[in-house]
Amino acid sequence: MNAELVVFIIFAVAALAGAFVLVMARNPVYSAMGLLMTMFSMAVFYILNEAPFIAAVQVLIYAGAVMTLFLFVIMFIGVDRSFDPKETIPFQRPIAIVLGVGLFILLALAAQGVWVTGQSLFAGEALGTIENVSDELFGNWLLPFEATVLLLTIAAVGTVALARFEISEPRPVIEVVTPDDEDDVSPEPDAASPEPDAAPAASSDEAPSAGEEG
Amino acid sequence: MEVTAGWYMLLAAGLFAIGAVGLLVRRNALIMFMSIELMLNSVNLTFVAAGRELGLLEGQLAVLFVMVVAAAEVTVGLAIIVAVFRYRSSADVDDLAELKG
Repeated sequence: MNAELVVFIIFAVAALAGAFVLVMARNPVYSAMGLLMTMFSMAVFYILNEAPFIAAVQVLIYAGAVMTLFLFVIMFIGVDRSFDPKETIPFQRPIAIVLGVGLFILLALAAQGVWVTGQSLFAGEALGTIENVSDELFGNWLLPFEATVLLLTIAAVGTVALARFEISEPRPVIEVVTPDDEDDVSPEPDAASPEPDAAPAASSDEAPSAGEEG
Repeated sequence: MEVTAGWYMLLAAGLFAIGAVGLLVRRNALIMFMSIELMLNSVNLTFVAAGRELGLLEGQLAVLFVMVVAAAEVTVGLAIIVAVFRYRSSADVDDLAELKG
């Protein structure tokens, strides 16, 4: 029973427990805490798999930045404690659980399949040190790296554009009133309206696109 | 007993399945989004485990790029959720039924 097995078992249990808390918890803050525990466990697995740089990035980006952003939005929106009072789709949860178990069985069978084994090239030091990762990233993968810069810039601009949408009040569901339906509901006297098109448009308050001002 | 890459694959399969179930079962948009993050993380674990098994560094670079894409997705997705919340005063995805025929 070596040390890696002990660490693997402990943090596998922690990761699975965090994932269950994420799915099961009524309070979204508890869900975020469960996901946080899973992400820290992932960082431990990365260290076990010779990826110390990725583990550091995991803690900094996922457990730090992304989870902070999630918690900020949860607090901003408000904690909704109602856990799905009714099923809108019949048998939604049993079907989802059966599908999830089937997906796990399929993925586990795929993991048991043909698997190339071999001696690790980097026997002495860890595979993913900062030097190795940076040599590979800025050597062979420089163009995709620059593309990620473009992607992040586009995402930042898109976020600002979404945040600047002006919505004055929560609009109700708009009843679409076409001029033909309007004629059926409320027939206009012909003498009162010199133009047949202008009469239904002026009388319909709830169709904002049909109103003709000026 | 040695911890092989298959164990990590099995763990990642379990986490991915739990994330998929959460995406199917929950109706809070934030929790569905966190389930997607869980699925992305489990896939990252398979990349790192396979890279260690094969002695290749490309698995870890793939994880880096997945992280960058996930960060961009999180910012835009949360902005969309906040915009929908300002419009509907709800984070429940079942309330977004305006296109229902």
